[in-house]
Amino acid sequence: MSEAGMAGALGLNGLIALFVSAILFSIGVIGVLLRRNAIIVFMCVELMLNAANLSLVAFSRMHGIEGQIFVFFVMAVAAAEAAVGLAIIIAIFRHYEVVDLDRFRLLKW
Amino acid sequence: MIQDFLFQAFAASAILGAVIMVTRRNPVSAVIFLVGVFFATSGMFLMLDAHYIAAINVILYGGAIMVLFLFVLMLLNLGHADWRDLRGPVGGLIGGSISIAFLGVLTRLFVGGTEARPVVEIAGSALREAAAEQGVVGVVARPLFTEYTIVLEVTGVLLLVSIVGTILLARRERT
Repeated sequence: MSEAGMAGALGLNGLIALFVSAILFSIGVIGVLLRRNAIIVFMCVELMLNAANLSLVAFSRMHGIEGQIFVFFVMAVAAAEAAVGLAIIIAIFRHYEVVDLDRFRLLKW
Repeated sequence: MIQDFLFQAFAASAILGAVIMVTRRNPVSAVIFLVGVFFATSGMFLMLDAHYIAAINVILYGGAIMVLFLFVLMLLNLGHADWRDLRGPVGGLIGGSISIAFLGVLTRLFVGGTEARPVVEIAGSALREAAAEQGVVGVVARPLFTEYTIVLEVTGVLLLVSIVGTILLARRERT
């Protein structure tokens, strides 16, 4: 029932969208953990946000329009976050002349 | 059906583009592939009856935010590949296992969540009817300006704060 019921309400495409969103999120996690370049790590965070948006849109077919409204707010917060984050990266680059995350160890041991 | 085929093509290209983006050493080509991923997910939004979200995704993510990333890359002159960028095999092992754990949890969550609760069958047809009645923007805008007005205003304040904070952070200090 569970698989059939889910496919019935979401459609096959909705189910595919959920799995694609899970895979995209995992790829974003790999990118965050595997790269040292702060800008690429930041881009992977944007990819994870986009994956979350995809799952919200897929669920909005099941539960109504609120999912899409939530996506709207996620995008607004992501835009604010991108602006502030890139400003921080520029400010750090002025001090260290690199964007290598392993070199920023002022707050580490 | 052509629509299903298109949807699956968009899904496949989104995953492929994400994999390529994570493995590129050159940051500029990573940005270009990420734009491709955003276009593919916009296509998926379109097929999932979220027309307004699809348009906003292309304009805001694929356009504005990615141009901002490219602009910062060029401003700091970082457009060249760096061999130190990717972590070694130990980091790869840790990152890969954590991400596979995430994938397992998310898949379990998505399949198991509908097992526990009965699925409400309002689905895409209701969304499509509402879009035909009120227009694809109206269907999102109407609740935004009636039920979620306060949230919208708070988001506006957040954007203002982020603009001021960006100027404050990026300004060169003169002594």
